[in-house]
Amino acid sequence: MTAASPSAASRLTAGSGTPSLRHRLADRGIDRVLLLLVPGILFLLLLFVYPFLYGLQLSFSPQIDGGQALMNGYQGPLANYLYFFGDSYQRDTIWTTLVIGLPAALVNVLVSVPIAYRMRGRFRFKRTLTTLLVVPIALGTVLTADGLIEYLGPAGWLNKALVDFHVINEPLTLVHNYWGVFFSLVITGFPFAFLLVLSYLSGIDPNLERAASVMGAGWWERFRRVTLPLLVPGLAITFCMSFVLAFSVFPSANLVGDPSGTTRVISIAAYHAAFEQFDYSLGSATSMIMGAVMLAIIALVLGWRNTMFRGPAGGKG
Amino acid sequence: MRDHRFSELRLDRIGRNFGELAALHELSLTIRGGEFIALLGPSGCGKSTALNCLAGLLPLTTGTIWLDDKRIDGLPPEQRGFGMVFQNYALFPHMTVRENIAFGLKMRKTPRADIRSRADEVMRLVRLEDQAEKLPSQLSGGQQQRVAIARAIVYEPPLVLMDEPLSNLDAQLRQAMRIEIKHLHQALGLTTIYVTHDQEEALSMADRLVLLREGVVQQVGTPDEVYSQPANRYVAGFMGYRNMLSFDVASVSTGHAVLEEEGVRLQGRTFTPLTAKRAVAAIRPEDIVVEGPPPNRIDVTAEVVEYHGREMLVEARMTGGEALYFRTEKRLAVGDKTTVSVPQERVLIYPADAPAAPQEVAV
Repeated sequence: MTAASPSAASRLTAGSGTPSLRHRLADRGIDRVLLLLVPGILFLLLLFVYPFLYGLQLSFSPQIDGGQALMNGYQGPLANYLYFFGDSYQRDTIWTTLVIGLPAALVNVLVSVPIAYRMRGRFRFKRTLTTLLVVPIALGTVLTADGLIEYLGPAGWLNKALVDFHVINEPLTLVHNYWGVFFSLVITGFPFAFLLVLSYLSGIDPNLERAASVMGAGWWERFRRVTLPLLVPGLAITFCMSFVLAFSVFPSANLVGDPSGTTRVISIAAYHAAFEQFDYSLGSATSMIMGAVMLAIIALVLGWRNTMFRGPAGGKG
Repeated sequence: MRDHRFSELRLDRIGRNFGELAALHELSLTIRGGEFIALLGPSGCGKSTALNCLAGLLPLTTGTIWLDDKRIDGLPPEQRGFGMVFQNYALFPHMTVRENIAFGLKMRKTPRADIRSRADEVMRLVRLEDQAEKLPSQLSGGQQQRVAIARAIVYEPPLVLMDEPLSNLDAQLRQAMRIEIKHLHQALGLTTIYVTHDQEEALSMADRLVLLREGVVQQVGTPDEVYSQPANRYVAGFMGYRNMLSFDVASVSTGHAVLEEEGVRLQGRTFTPLTAKRAVAAIRPEDIVVEGPPPNRIDVTAEVVEYHGREMLVEARMTGGEALYFRTEKRLAVGDKTTVSVPQERVLIYPADAPAAPQEVAV
């Protein structure tokens, strides 16, 4: 078979001369259309892979002149990392960021599920409602932060109303601390989570729930035994995306947070090292640690997801 | 096992509108316990709407549903206790065959040991005992179909609803499953309502047929009644009366009429009085005899001859130019002139203004 095919191919094409370039490439499993990927790959190489590798090597070459690691007595290629983990002021930023990012991502996913579940069918004004829920995506962090200060600040409407109605005596501190950043992450992160969950939900055959209801399952049993198990893989992905967004929080941690204290997140630490202390090497190392933490969390979540059913959620199974 | 039998399911003028469109209009039907009913019609005739209304998946716009003395049209699906087989099966992809089948029992809080034994029993019945721990995606189409049926009958519902359950299977498997469903129905005596657009399926399986067109019932009857005495020309067309010849009415007597056009005289039976000048004669292709005895002789010229094994399906032209389809064992060639005839009891005559059957219905 293998021996015969080249001669057979040459006989077939003998009449019309050499086959076209497209066919010759296709013979080797190459689709010419794939060449269209080249600009994209170049773009990725130049703007992501190269800077990433550059930053990686930079993080292993501690800055001689004014480098924090060397000034604090750490030596060798791992000096930046040893310094970061040796200094609680740096090290704790990981924890600070996780404490903001994980709950924010979790809340975004958990709040999205019931809302998207209610909205999965067809009903009047669905498009209007979806638009309203998704609008915060377009706001941007600065506008959101502005709004939060106006609304939740010490002299904001909420506190004024609560004090005027004698619900509380002192204004609540809801901005320029942990909660300000948390609210900002929920407001900007929710639309993402909601849209993802909605699309995962609409990928589940509605006949499955109909079948369950005919077989005697009330709404809770339908959700718990049919929809939720099929949705869980999607929720895991949604959580990862929300978490990545929340973990790299930077502007709102500055604008509505407490950037030198309770909301000194890891991106602030990286910024501080690179652009205030001009220790690019330490900044790079901090970024690498930030990436590693994100990947670790994602690996955990996806590993857990792999223990679940991951097949198609269509009716025919 | 519990006895879920009932003596009568009564649909009283049930209807369902989608906006302005009446998908189902005042369907009234009394179904006896144990009966096998087929809802038959082309797509969009309202048969699936009727089934979904019965299951409780669609609320009624008008009418009431009674299970003996209990009114059930206000109950949600989970409180009706029916079984349903969906067109795309709707098997739970994350549950094994056994879990799929046990679902209905679990929802009924059946004791664990009972669930196991009854699921086993039903799996034996549909010959799936070797597939118990597989996921639906690991099964063939026919096996998935059997899971869907097993899942719907395992809790012995008083009524089983089937929505075109065989339409996704290939022809051979469809034949086999048809027999299997009929077997199950006879063995378990579960009242069944079966939706289909395939008249052969309906005729071969059902005790009674309900023919629907644009949401309106055309005829309710046994397979024999519907087959040999279609209530109107629409039903006739759907039941395989492919020739619908439009003629002038020459004379009318009770249950009988004579039609004439372009020198052809046709005698036939009538079920509805003919009042207009025009009428339609419905004739099955297989009832036409080439060079048969009078009366009802028609001169034709063969135009298209299809080979169908022992028989030929011939499209011929009458002298007036109208097409006539017939089956014959005679070897006719294109262009052959011949005379055909039809026994007069096989010619059904309907008023011409009644609705016609859709064109896509083949013989």
